[in-house]
Amino acid sequence: MLERLRIFPDQASTIAGEVDTLYLFLIGMSTFFVALIFGLVIYFAAKYRRRSVNEVPPPVRTDLRLEIAWTVIPLVLVLISFAWGAQLFVTMGQAPAGAMEIHAVGRQWMWKFQHPSGGREINQLHVPVGIPIKILLASEDVIHSFFVPAFRVKMDVVPGKYTSAWFEATMEGEFHLFCAEYCGTQHSGMIGRVVVMKPVDYQRWLSDQASGEPLAVGGERLFQQRGCATCHRTSDGPTGPALHGLFGRRVQLQSGDSVVADESYIRESVLNPNAKITEGYQPIMPTFQGQLSEEGLHQMIAYIKSLSGPAEGRKAP
Amino acid sequence: MSQTVAAGATHAVHGHHEELGFWRTYIFSMDHKMIGRQFLFLGLFMLIIGGLLAMMVRWQLAWPETPVPGLSAIPEPYMYEGIIPPQTYNALFTMHATIMIFFVVMPIMVGCYGNFLIPLMIGTRDMAFPLLNMLSFWVGAVAGVIMLSSFFVVGGPAAAGWTGYATLSAKAAYTGVGMGQNLWIISLLVLGISSLMGSINYITTIVNMRAPGMTYFRMPLTVWSLFVTAILLLLALPVLTAALAMLLFDRTLGTSFFLPEGGGQPLLWQHMFWFFGHPEVYILVLPAMGVTSDLLSTFSRKPIFGYHAMAFSMIAIAFLSWIVWGHHMFISGMNPLLGTAFMMTTMVIAVPSAIKVFNWLGTLWGGNIRLTSPMLFALGFVSNFLIGGLSGIFMASTPVDIFIHDTYYIVAHFHYVVAGIIFALFAAVYYWFPKMFGRMMSEPLGKIHFALTYLFFNLTFFPMHFLGVGGHMRRIYNPTQYEFLQPLQDWNVFITISALLLGLSQVPFLINFIWSLFGGKKAERNPWQANTLEWSAPTPPPHGNFEVQPTVYRGPYEYSSPEVKEDWLPQDKPLAKGAAVRGH
Repeated sequence: MLERLRIFPDQASTIAGEVDTLYLFLIGMSTFFVALIFGLVIYFAAKYRRRSVNEVPPPVRTDLRLEIAWTVIPLVLVLISFAWGAQLFVTMGQAPAGAMEIHAVGRQWMWKFQHPSGGREINQLHVPVGIPIKILLASEDVIHSFFVPAFRVKMDVVPGKYTSAWFEATMEGEFHLFCAEYCGTQHSGMIGRVVVMKPVDYQRWLSDQASGEPLAVGGERLFQQRGCATCHRTSDGPTGPALHGLFGRRVQLQSGDSVVADESYIRESVLNPNAKITEGYQPIMPTFQGQLSEEGLHQMIAYIKSLSGPAEGRKAP
Repeated sequence: MSQTVAAGATHAVHGHHEELGFWRTYIFSMDHKMIGRQFLFLGLFMLIIGGLLAMMVRWQLAWPETPVPGLSAIPEPYMYEGIIPPQTYNALFTMHATIMIFFVVMPIMVGCYGNFLIPLMIGTRDMAFPLLNMLSFWVGAVAGVIMLSSFFVVGGPAAAGWTGYATLSAKAAYTGVGMGQNLWIISLLVLGISSLMGSINYITTIVNMRAPGMTYFRMPLTVWSLFVTAILLLLALPVLTAALAMLLFDRTLGTSFFLPEGGGQPLLWQHMFWFFGHPEVYILVLPAMGVTSDLLSTFSRKPIFGYHAMAFSMIAIAFLSWIVWGHHMFISGMNPLLGTAFMMTTMVIAVPSAIKVFNWLGTLWGGNIRLTSPMLFALGFVSNFLIGGLSGIFMASTPVDIFIHDTYYIVAHFHYVVAGIIFALFAAVYYWFPKMFGRMMSEPLGKIHFALTYLFFNLTFFPMHFLGVGGHMRRIYNPTQYEFLQPLQDWNVFITISALLLGLSQVPFLINFIWSLFGGKKAERNPWQANTLEWSAPTPPPHGNFEVQPTVYRGPYEYSSPEVKEDWLPQDKPLAKGAAVRGH
């Protein structure tokens, strides 16, 4: 057990223990087969090594029962591994409802975070312990990867789309945050840390932050400045649909398809408005490609989300 | 050479023996054997370069930002009095992988042994298209020259990783590499043409030119593996070629296939790259499996266990290799449902691989094992493949993969698989050297080479698993920047020392190879007492290969057959009725 603790990083999230258990199962299975096969190779090489020139081995013919055995046994083992892994993967893939959302932007070579109530930080992420946190990830340039070894969490940050990762820290302390995807010359220096605090300490830390403007407020200002409100009003207008109550709803498209209005959909609709036209509207919206930073987009999305009512947990605790 | 041969079923193939000049014999040769040798020398030359690049990478990881001995002459900004800067480090690991995969393993396993062995093993005089074959080598050599020339352009060679992920690779500003990355793309485009020409030739030759009696299920597994590999090459490479062309357009013509600001999709590159890339892994490993099967049978003096299971498992691997590429992208933000499907297919591909390992064991079981140098290397391949295959299951298991992805665990895994192929490659060199060059290699030197290589290979790559589980990312310039990795730094030093010794362990091989080329013992026709047709040809085989067209009477693995006194029975040896039967 001590041996194991020396090699693994801390287990500091709800899923870390489960991932490690699955890992150890695979280690057990692999060790068994390595021992079996190495043992047999060495045993055969010794037992059946050629002793004299004229020695001729007795014929051994293919045995169908053996072929079936060593096909079916590995098949059953990999299917068990699959079932176990798939069940855990589904848990890891879906953030629990009501997770607190933090917006993150990766760029060469730093991490930028925005908390829902407005706190911003670079290469540091303060989070409360015992509360599920969903990180919405965007990149300004190349692919990065959000990696906190102690949480067993890793997710690529892909330019042009949103990805997300979630974790629930189980212990207070400082943990390392890395970029795991090679991202250019200073990739190795893209280092950050996650500070896990008691919820009260987190609140105190948040209120100490100078730039205390909530994300949605910044988003609303952008919304007004960019003239979005001209077409997108509080009720559906002739030139654009209302955005109130939009987030999380299914939108009927002109193409006949429908799509759930999530962060990626809103992002696409701002940057490439003609990609998905809402049914009943003309493709007249201009693109905002290159006019909004990734952080500005995050704010805008936070604002549009806020128009659908403050869902529980979207606010900081 | 002047024997009378009945016209009709067999015909003399050694008739027109016109003298070709130096250029046509050694340089622009259309003889498959010479082209095979050319690929071997190209691959071994590139192996030295790729290996030296790896040594520099390892130096930096063990003793970061200290001068590499002997390299103080390299000018700034590539090196600073022997110290490797990040930009150069990134180029080093990019070029190491690119060279090892595309210019070492492919030229030797597919180019050299495909060329040299296919016509000999199926009993024909040459490839179906000798001119295409010559072009295949020379186009490949041009690709190699383009790749190496990128070391000498402003900005240095490509530094976007061998996987060349967009957007990093799609804009010069992101890596700071301009021309070098373009040359990388162009070189791989050109190499793709070379491989396509080779694979068309292999497939045509195997389908049409087998000797009388050589049915598909009498072909040696080496030929089966090269056949399946050629089909994979033919189908996979165009996808890479398309992706590379799009990348080149993005970089030079202002298109946006992979750039989101122009409406492109960075993930499109990953899908295309891995749709090629995963079959590519099997393109590399299948010939190694084929060679290993032949060698284990020959040196155990026993038929291969489960010949049909071996052939069908290769076909199964080839089919499955098309639907597993998504396991390289579990953390790219793909739909979890899709991820689960890829997890399933990846788990299942372990089964045909397991079948192969167990059949190899079955071949050893009850044999009469000769532990020659080629046999030892073949067993070394089995052992590496076993470890590499099992560590692959960790990557197939998505929750575990999420943790170990992009760490040294992956580096350990693919070195056990791809660098592990080097063992099959050496096995093949030791085994066919007598047929290729007419002389034997030294057995004692070969055994020393094996012992040292096996030891230091494992001491180099096995501890990388520990680094990976400890959270050590791959492709980082300086691990000591990370407080968190401090406790693991001793492993980095250990691995580097082992890697340097692994490099030195190749000296006995180089000495053996060069010395045997000129001073080795003259090889007889069939020094290993093997059954396959290449051993029925003169050593070294002349232009046209066989004195008479061989006819095949049986499968390739009739060792220790009760029908003959000897413990081998060549595929082309007719058995008269009432022939001497061994008392039993």
